[in-house]
Amino acid sequence: MDHRPQAWGRPRDDVYGAYDHSFMNTNSHPNQHTQQPLVTGTSVLAVKYKDGVVIAADNLGSYGSFARFTDVKRLHTFQDTSVVGFSGDISDMQYITRHLHQKSIEESYASSSANKKSRLSAANLHTYLSKMLYRRRSKMDPLWNHMLVVGFDDDEKPFVGSADLLGTTFTAPTLATGIGSMLAQPLLRTYAGTDEEAAERTKEEAIKVIQECMKVLFYRDARSQETYSLAVVSREGVEMKTSEKLENMSWAFADRIKGYGTQTV
Amino acid sequence: MTSIGTGYDLLNSIFSPDGRNFQVEYAVKAVENGGTSIGIRAKDGVVLAVEKIIGSKLLKPGANKRIATVDEHAGVVYSGMVPDGRHFVDRARDEAQSWRQTLKTPIPTSELASRMGSYLQAYTMYGSVRPFGITAIVGGVDGSGDEVIDGVVGSGPSTGAGGKVDGKHGGPFLYVIEPSGQYWGYYGAATGKGRQAAKAELEKLDLAAGNITLEQAVKEAAKIIYNAHKDNKDKDFELEMSWISGVDGPTGGRHMEVPQELKEEAERLARAEDESDDEEDEKKDEKMEE
Repeated sequence: MDHRPQAWGRPRDDVYGAYDHSFMNTNSHPNQHTQQPLVTGTSVLAVKYKDGVVIAADNLGSYGSFARFTDVKRLHTFQDTSVVGFSGDISDMQYITRHLHQKSIEESYASSSANKKSRLSAANLHTYLSKMLYRRRSKMDPLWNHMLVVGFDDDEKPFVGSADLLGTTFTAPTLATGIGSMLAQPLLRTYAGTDEEAAERTKEEAIKVIQECMKVLFYRDARSQETYSLAVVSREGVEMKTSEKLENMSWAFADRIKGYGTQTV
Repeated sequence: MTSIGTGYDLLNSIFSPDGRNFQVEYAVKAVENGGTSIGIRAKDGVVLAVEKIIGSKLLKPGANKRIATVDEHAGVVYSGMVPDGRHFVDRARDEAQSWRQTLKTPIPTSELASRMGSYLQAYTMYGSVRPFGITAIVGGVDGSGDEVIDGVVGSGPSTGAGGKVDGKHGGPFLYVIEPSGQYWGYYGAATGKGRQAAKAELEKLDLAAGNITLEQAVKEAAKIIYNAHKDNKDKDFELEMSWISGVDGPTGGRHMEVPQELKEEAERLARAEDESDDEEDEKKDEKMEE
């Protein structure tokens, strides 16, 4: 029998035949790229109001259906003027936020003055991110995220934009990603269906509708959580809260629905 | 210059018999003719300032910046050959970026100075290169260790092992890097043409005692640059100033230009001092005449 260390833990040649080393040769099989997200974040919601934008996402990082990380901040401030909310893969989110941080440092090389307007407004940042996502999906190696970019455009008007892992982009007065696009978006449209309507809403109204939608999502989205982050982006800057709690929940509806929660029948 | 004609100054990699590298000494001469730049390490931040000699009336005021941002929390100003300084800044940015890439935190100012010191030193050892014709002042404010790590998503465990050693963490730092690659940490630093006058003024501030606030330091910096310019009065100059405070200070831990209002106030005070000095001088002259 072969007692040499390189044969340890290997099937015996005299029983199973020679060991097939070909899997170690990188040229013998195709490159493998991300084919599914692992740790994921669920919906992100954003609405415009007259002086800015409100955005929210819960603090959960799910591992499949397992609520693995309960303290994951999915809203990221960019240059104190914009916020990016991420749903989808958390590690890709980390990669993108590090990349964006480096971008903002490079931007500060050119103008380190406090009162000078940044070249990367939320609208420009949205374009940049969508190009990045599209390039990666064209390499068949997507960054597995759907994000909302909120802030202001170059005309200082409130901006809400969506960019997903396919490179698809759109903007609207209210937006939601993931299951939120089905459960929350119709509710958000009753708050403001058009930019004109959004321009009449106050900050308090915007926060209220977001809170209501986060509650609906927690009722019905099995990958959601009670604690969430909420950011208000206005011309004064970004007001970020990372440990909001859902309030005044009513679970009275639950026991009337079959298959919801723990039922003995 | 006794060295001229001896042959020991023709190549970088050659020592003279008495242990000197003349190319490095000539590089220092290039620095000594550059516009004065200074740095002040105040108790809650760092100020960098430079006297930009206006070479032509056709230059746009306020453009052509000489103080550079290296990372969020660090800046560089230099005296001497400006293109050499630009390259120094490029390299410093690369170092800061690569530190972030591997360690996900901002580069400590001491580490930045050390790496740039090594880089300049390498340019004194080969016959194929010349030393940098600049002396650079590197300023930075290091975090206390409580800052968010780049890309972090959670707050970490709320109980259990960990924590940091008691004592001082982070704070303002100031380093001067010379063409030889030598670098020291300072409370106050000056280089370029007016360095002698500037150093004398800096010493009067007693910076080591830690009584000077960042805002005071900005005003002192403006005064020192105006004072150092006195010996070079025939040329016009422009003052450029930047500052870095701690996270809870006016710049939020970032390297930034000093805001317009504060800079104008500092320049007004500097000019006022300048004029009152002139009057005193005149009075003295009158007395002498009597």
